[in-house]
Amino acid sequence: MAMILSLTLNGRQRTDLVPDNLLLVEYLRDMAGLIGTKRGCDGGECGTCTVLVDGVPRHACLTLAARCGGRHVETIEGIGSPGRLSRLQRAFHEKLGTQCGFCTPGMIMAAEALLRRNPNPEEAQIRAALSGNLCRCTGYVKIIESVQAAAGDAP
Amino acid sequence: MTALREAAVGRRLPLIDGIEKVSGRAAYTADLPARALVGRILRSPYAHAELLEVDVAAARSLPGVVAVITGADCDKPFGVLPISMNEYPLARERVRYCGEPVAAVAALDDETAARALALIRLRVRELPAYFSAEAARAPGAVLLHDNNSGNVLREVHDEFGDVAAGFAAADLVREARYRCAEVAHGQMEPHAALAEYDGERQRLTLYSVTQVPYYLHLMLARCLGLEESQIRVVKPFVGGGFGARVEPLNFEIVAALLARAACGTVRLNLTREETFLTHRGRPETDIRIKLGMTRQGRLTAASCDVVQRGGAYAGYGIVTILYAGSLLHGIYDIPAVKYDGCRVYTNTPPCGAMRGHGSVDARYAFECLLDTMAAELGLDPFAVRRANLLAVPTQTANGIIVNSYGLPECLDRVESASGWQARKGRLPPGRGLGMACSHYVSGAGKPIHRTGEPHAVVELRLDFDGGITILTGAADIGQGSSTILVQAVAEILGVDIGRLRVVATDSAVTPKDNGSYSSRVTFMVGNAAIDAARQLRDILFAAAARRFETRPDWIECIGERFRVRGAEGSGLAFREVAAAALAQGGSITVKGTFTVPVEYQGGKHRGGAVGSTMALSYAAQVVEVEVDADTGMVRVEKVWVAHDCGRAINPLAVEGQVQGSVWMGMAQALGEETRYEGGLPLHASLLGYPIPTIVESPPIEVHIVECLDPNGPFGAKEASEGSLAGFLPAVTNAVAEAVGLRMTELPITPDRILEALARRQRDSRIAAARGAAS
Repeated sequence: MAMILSLTLNGRQRTDLVPDNLLLVEYLRDMAGLIGTKRGCDGGECGTCTVLVDGVPRHACLTLAARCGGRHVETIEGIGSPGRLSRLQRAFHEKLGTQCGFCTPGMIMAAEALLRRNPNPEEAQIRAALSGNLCRCTGYVKIIESVQAAAGDAP
Repeated sequence: MTALREAAVGRRLPLIDGIEKVSGRAAYTADLPARALVGRILRSPYAHAELLEVDVAAARSLPGVVAVITGADCDKPFGVLPISMNEYPLARERVRYCGEPVAAVAALDDETAARALALIRLRVRELPAYFSAEAARAPGAVLLHDNNSGNVLREVHDEFGDVAAGFAAADLVREARYRCAEVAHGQMEPHAALAEYDGERQRLTLYSVTQVPYYLHLMLARCLGLEESQIRVVKPFVGGGFGARVEPLNFEIVAALLARAACGTVRLNLTREETFLTHRGRPETDIRIKLGMTRQGRLTAASCDVVQRGGAYAGYGIVTILYAGSLLHGIYDIPAVKYDGCRVYTNTPPCGAMRGHGSVDARYAFECLLDTMAAELGLDPFAVRRANLLAVPTQTANGIIVNSYGLPECLDRVESASGWQARKGRLPPGRGLGMACSHYVSGAGKPIHRTGEPHAVVELRLDFDGGITILTGAADIGQGSSTILVQAVAEILGVDIGRLRVVATDSAVTPKDNGSYSSRVTFMVGNAAIDAARQLRDILFAAAARRFETRPDWIECIGERFRVRGAEGSGLAFREVAAAALAQGGSITVKGTFTVPVEYQGGKHRGGAVGSTMALSYAAQVVEVEVDADTGMVRVEKVWVAHDCGRAINPLAVEGQVQGSVWMGMAQALGEETRYEGGLPLHASLLGYPIPTIVESPPIEVHIVECLDPNGPFGAKEASEGSLAGFLPAVTNAVAEAVGLRMTELPITPDRILEALARRQRDSRIAAARGAAS
């Protein structure tokens, strides 16, 4: 069955007719054209599709688009502003927190949620906050350094 | 006034495509926009069976289905090595592993494609299936491929030096058996391909996740019966490879066959499960190794017997089994080395190349036994390595020329950084320090296809806009190879990084490249880029010389200003010189090449090309662990690693590569394992296959050792693979100190630790009881 979905996506109100079984990741990628949110697994295993729903990190592959009515959804395309990377994006770029880049959008969104609720996290808190996001390239060393560098930056 | 020059080489430059990655703009294959049909593959539920019938009639007549193909649609086997192509894009006559592609559909949407697959009926006659090398080699086993007796793809028997005399001269000879589980690459991006077929012109464009667009291009032409000129292969952003994508893969050819059958565009996105089934990982490996040593720790001989469970098809198998033997050489000075290798076909998904290709498991066994023997002789593990160092330049017994050898400095650096001498043997119970060394090639010396062409080609283009475009077929898969090329070209030309852009891996535009494997890109493509940049520099210097009315060899370019050496004044800006050069004939394109000289292409013995290279990287590492005797958990507290990569063209990128490499070694050593039950994979998800999370990943302190190689670009060598293998034995040796157990099977899981502890306790109680009784 189809239903009308109204939500705030990266700060903009939008309304779409969506099937009620449509996953948020499909909505973002196929209907809204936001390809920054990746699919790395068959459901809830890797964290590459992490987005923020009302500021809370969520797996877009385990979230129904229909359940996001009236909520604020933020993706990698929505943080930072045109021509200016966010502090986390800049830190991941400069500190090589990204190699192949496939886990990066999800990783940055999970870190974004962390820094919003805890601007100066301990290393253990960074590890806990990113524990649902797999990376196969970096060994995570430079990911931790990136989040620490971003936390040291004024937003 | 002297302009300060910011050198491009040696700079910690962030990746030139990093902004796309952090902003979400980087488009990977599955992200490419297209009005495409949905492709899906039907996979065999049988591990080994004769395929009597694949009935697709019902699937074909389902509304919304545009094309259905089977093995009947392609009778050309493919494979990465011309000498062992024995895999079909879709199985014909026989299926040889659970998950092998049998048929494929292209439909208007996902649901229809899934329903069509469910309508395909297979009629088979099941055959005995073999899930271990031992079972497949047993007398009377049914052959997977009729032309290979005993299900053996390749046996290797090499002996260099007098091995018997070497063992006779030893004070201590020990032999041990080590077993390593099969592991998978686990790159974060699942496999995907997008195929466009233009039916009127009979032209194919394929976008794929490949590490080697060129091999894929050749196999597409072969399997589709097209000329290479009718095909275009494009590699967009790729989410990691680690060797999984160095072979042309069945799904890529299936996507192309589907697009042709549908006369349209087909998107084939594999699930994570299918990505695991496509496999090409590091094989399950059984190693028996014997070393001879003097009381002083000097090695007198080594012999090593390796059996690899290769899976159902040849793939890279011959190379893998050769690498395990050839890279016993090149790291230590061993008077005599014997190697016996056997690569076996089994009814499991095909293995292939994985980071540290072929060398990792054999290195693990070697370094573990070396440590065990050092302990028996009361020698320090560092001292034993130092007792066996090469004197360079040298040529190994199997023909590898070694001109640069930073292993001694690697040893010094990690010994001191880890506080080894003060701490080894003095840690509290449950804690341990272990160390090991490893090495790897900087690009395979001999290309797979011996066409006579240069081994690497780079083009540079300068036009009216003043921008310089680097055209390369080298596949950046996240390792940063495009960034390294920019730094190399900027260094030679003396121009800003921002003036350069890279256009890569589009066969319609970029020169052919042999691809991203065997850590060849920095070395070979880097050298080709230097060659191209020098030619462009000559053209620009000639143009500047005309403007200054002087000779080109008196010109210098620093910070984009061209001057006569030693002259006053501001000189000419880059744009002025570029305009003067363009005035001579318009748009300028130069081509740089690189070819490995024949003396670096390996020994004359059979298989001598494998392991051949112009330069070896070296690494030493110390691993500190804590082992919990109650849970069996091994926790890695810290890793100190030193990697000799020659000149670090980009130290930031080198650190990233070395950390990722060491960490991948940790993943293999402590947990990862593909598991099959009756041929069915139990691991084919990211929960079933335990890639370490950020929580259990240790700090990895990287020490870059720059032992410049005379043939490397700016002296650079390999940086992405060589430090992986050392982790496996280093952690095993650390566990030995922590709990006094010499583990001989990977992965070192908590279960294995607990079993070994229990066995030790039982044995000591039995011994005590016997002692009391007697």
